[in-house]
Amino acid sequence: MIWQILGTICYIILAPILGGLLQGIDRKLTARLQGRQGPPLLQPFYDLYKLFSKEVVVVNDVQNFLVGGFLLFVVFSGALFFFGGDLLLVFFSLTLAGIFFTMSSCSANSPYSSMGAQRELMQMMAYEPMVLLVAIGFYVATGTFNVKEIVLHNGMPAIVYLPGIFIGFLYILTIKFRKSPFDLSTSHHAHQEMVQGLTTELSGSVLGLVELSHWYENIFLLGVVGLFLYKASWWSAIAAIVVCAISYFLEIIIDNVFPRVKWQSMLKSAWMVTLVAGVVNLMIIAVI
Amino acid sequence: MTLEMVIFLICFPFLAALLLFFMRKSGPVRKYTLFGLCAIIVAAVICYAVTELVSGETHSYFVHTELVDKLMLAGEWLLMGLIFYFAFRHRKYYVALLSVAQTGLMTWLELTGRTELGGFHVASDKLTIIMCLIIGIVGCLICVYAMGYMKDYHSHHTEFKKRRSYFFALLFVFLGAMFGLVFSSNLVWLYFFWEITSVCSFLLIGYNQTEEAIRNSFRALWMNLLGGLGFAAAIAYCAIRLETLELQTVIQLGTMVPVAIIPITLLAFAGLTKSAQMPFSSWLLGAMVAPTPTSALLHSATMVKAGVYLLLRLAPALCANLAGTMVTTIGGFTFFMTSMLAIAQSDAKKVLAYSTISNLGLITACAGIGMHEAVWAGILLMIFHAVSKSLMFLSVGAVENVTGSRNIEDMHGLIVKLPRLAFVMIVGIAGMFLAPFGMLISKWAALKAFVDSNSILLVVFLIFGSATTLFYWTKWLGSLVAVHHNSERLEDITKGSEWLSLICQAVLMCLLCLTFPVVSSYLIEPFLGDMFHQTLPAIISSGNIHIMALMLCAIVILPVAMRLLTIHRKNKIVTSYMGGANTGDDRTFMDSYGKTKPMYLANWYLEDWFGEKKLLKPSLILSTAGLIVLMILAIGGAV
Amino acid sequence: MKVSKSPWLMHYDGSSCNGCDIEVLACLTPVYDVERFGVMNTGNPKHADIFLITGGINAQNAPVVKQLYSQMPNPKVVVAVGVCACNGGIFKECYNILGGVDTVLPVDIYVPGCAARPEAIIDGVVRAVALLDEKKKALSQEQVSSKEA
Repeated sequence: MIWQILGTICYIILAPILGGLLQGIDRKLTARLQGRQGPPLLQPFYDLYKLFSKEVVVVNDVQNFLVGGFLLFVVFSGALFFFGGDLLLVFFSLTLAGIFFTMSSCSANSPYSSMGAQRELMQMMAYEPMVLLVAIGFYVATGTFNVKEIVLHNGMPAIVYLPGIFIGFLYILTIKFRKSPFDLSTSHHAHQEMVQGLTTELSGSVLGLVELSHWYENIFLLGVVGLFLYKASWWSAIAAIVVCAISYFLEIIIDNVFPRVKWQSMLKSAWMVTLVAGVVNLMIIAVI
Repeated sequence: MTLEMVIFLICFPFLAALLLFFMRKSGPVRKYTLFGLCAIIVAAVICYAVTELVSGETHSYFVHTELVDKLMLAGEWLLMGLIFYFAFRHRKYYVALLSVAQTGLMTWLELTGRTELGGFHVASDKLTIIMCLIIGIVGCLICVYAMGYMKDYHSHHTEFKKRRSYFFALLFVFLGAMFGLVFSSNLVWLYFFWEITSVCSFLLIGYNQTEEAIRNSFRALWMNLLGGLGFAAAIAYCAIRLETLELQTVIQLGTMVPVAIIPITLLAFAGLTKSAQMPFSSWLLGAMVAPTPTSALLHSATMVKAGVYLLLRLAPALCANLAGTMVTTIGGFTFFMTSMLAIAQSDAKKVLAYSTISNLGLITACAGIGMHEAVWAGILLMIFHAVSKSLMFLSVGAVENVTGSRNIEDMHGLIVKLPRLAFVMIVGIAGMFLAPFGMLISKWAALKAFVDSNSILLVVFLIFGSATTLFYWTKWLGSLVAVHHNSERLEDITKGSEWLSLICQAVLMCLLCLTFPVVSSYLIEPFLGDMFHQTLPAIISSGNIHIMALMLCAIVILPVAMRLLTIHRKNKIVTSYMGGANTGDDRTFMDSYGKTKPMYLANWYLEDWFGEKKLLKPSLILSTAGLIVLMILAIGGAV
Repeated sequence: MKVSKSPWLMHYDGSSCNGCDIEVLACLTPVYDVERFGVMNTGNPKHADIFLITGGINAQNAPVVKQLYSQMPNPKVVVAVGVCACNGGIFKECYNILGGVDTVLPVDIYVPGCAARPEAIIDGVVRAVALLDEKKKALSQEQVSSKEA
């Protein structure tokens, strides 16, 4: 119990620091891949500080509340995950967070943020089956949805049973990290055709909250990646961290290599990967 | 004591219907009579539920019922006569044929004395209590709403003949038939009430007497009569071969004797038609032409719930056999396909209709799995669906009365235009799919049950169906919360009685979310214990229930907290970004000729991907083929 | 920490001949890489700290520029890039040109040149960044005094 609470507290305190650093590494690496020097490593923190010290201009007051809901439920799902709670409940809560975020940009009623909202919904529709399948995969492999029990379950790390589901999860991770080729709804790059999509009408501290939520979310998602390997022993912890690092690096490479696709391709390919990699994997372990 | 109450609950709505039918004059007298009648029914239902819960036993009554049986036979002939009248008047002879076939079969069985097999005719257990509460409370709230609604409806649609007393009477007949249906434990009785609901829905759908209404009502009738025919065949088989007509005995035989799968399959078929599963989904969609209270009643408290009620009852006999496979496959398929079809709809009532069919598909699939977790999920889904769906229909109806449109696009910015109605609608939508709220808990349990029963196909249907469900509801939610600047508040002409009904249901919805563990442990779990003859492990651990309660609290506290946090910070409100060409009101922009142009924002409907044109026909063909093949396999395998 | 460590800019093309615009974009390329200073090209007034305008102001874009400026949250600075943005330049006498950016907005930094060289643009941006800090300080002092009052 004490470890569970410790895990939660660590997540709440450390996730933004780690998330910010990861983003710094991301920007630095991206710059290097493009032959640039790139911003300082701590640039994301400078950005966040600036956003919080700026004046807030909003289109309406409902937005603040909805973005608050986004942050709250992202943190909630991460905290529940690192507490060792129910994996399905964690994902449901994450979906709720996503809905709050989408609604905040719908409420702005502006062309770019509305377009971003519709695209975000499309993204959610594309990745949702795979996310649920991850939870189901863990359940079939270990007999429980409970993160703590998954970790403590005797046997090989889950990735041994769930290679297909792992690959599928990496695929939709690109959507969740908002990386090209699937950064349809909003992006850190200057895609001017839809301005900043979802976050177009957000500014100042409200935008800062969104940024913070993304950091929390990224760390949580990497936690899920780690869960495929982590087995409550030191070597598995190292393996999990290494795999997380590799996955993140892979996402950065993908981000830099692929141009953005249309939503049709995203939906089709994400569902196909879910069906081929995820469902086939599930069938095999269900039979065994 | 219970017996009297049961008789009262069945008979009283019929008498009330008679009374209302003869109150032709509209006015306060009729209004308050209707409210009074509803109040009596609700009070009776609650009284019945409480006494039953206190006594905590299941009761069965009526072994000898020759006289009532004869009366029912007469009733069936009356129904046939009614169908004949309409069939010949509108030249739809095939309907008459279907009616003759089943009534003939039933008459033959009864006159030759084959139905006199003894056994109990009326039974009351925990599922009956749940159903009665749904029918009584939600049904009556819809009737209360109908009182105010129909007045506006006829002032908007002067082209339709006013037959309000007839309409109210039908609503009450419906409630009575539903009560009868859930109390009957004898198949012949069940069948009688089943037929009443079919005919009643036919009359309600055809209320407007427009060409479309008549066409749709006949479609509903023939599909339900087809189901009725299956039902009659099941009765014939039970009476002749199994020599029992008691539902419970048939179900028990179903788990033991291989041939008993035949009547089970036929009954399940009847259940599928009534709950509008895939090849038969069109009757429920067509039912939209009727005034909103009809749709609300058909979709939430009655009619379709009769179908899933029967399937849930049959659940133990569907476990791990071909009949079960038929039900789960059709249910899962329907869940997935209709949730995709709902994406392409912009008519609010049509979205609701598809979502109803989709949710019923999920309940059906749960029933077909036949394991206790699945049935638990199915019952909970049914409860939540009844409340939130009726709330949705009624609020859409209220919005339509004010704005004259039920298109979701026209509901853009409703939170500013009609804040109270929009809020009620948001509660309804949240109840339909959002995380800590009702439906999701059941979906969660359903998912677990599907995985446990190793049905990968269902898991696939469920995960993809959940994603598409998310899409169409969030889209709607987004339209509601869009804040238009300078848009005026519309005058809310929603009547007091309508508000009463809406608020009661919204409160009921929230209460259910908070108290579902209580409902589960006092009603559903004991029922499942009886059904599966064993004590069952908890389906959702208490820890998770606490976490969900926490989430619910967070959602409630959030707006207050945000308000307090930002109370000293004055946010500067600016116009929205339109490339600098915003003319200042967020609704128009300056075009390149220097003229103002209105901006129009629409949701995505993806007609080319999820439209009816693209998906409906293939899915109907596929489901028809699947149903026929699986039925032949189930029945043929047993013979 | 200073506000100036994260200047996000929005680039607006007034009635420029596109010469300066190409140079502005050149600043983002590997050779000059303004992201070294944390500069991001946001293309959205609500996220931007620096409003960078190329080209002069004409009758049609005057209201647009004003609106974009009004949508930027404080503290904010305006940088006029190129001689046209500074005072109208070669187009000054045209029938539709009102003049430089300062005819409609308070310009903080003028970057001369036709077209302005990337080095000059970066210099202008860095000066604008320094100005951001000052503006922020003035803003918070204003807030303190208004609270006291």
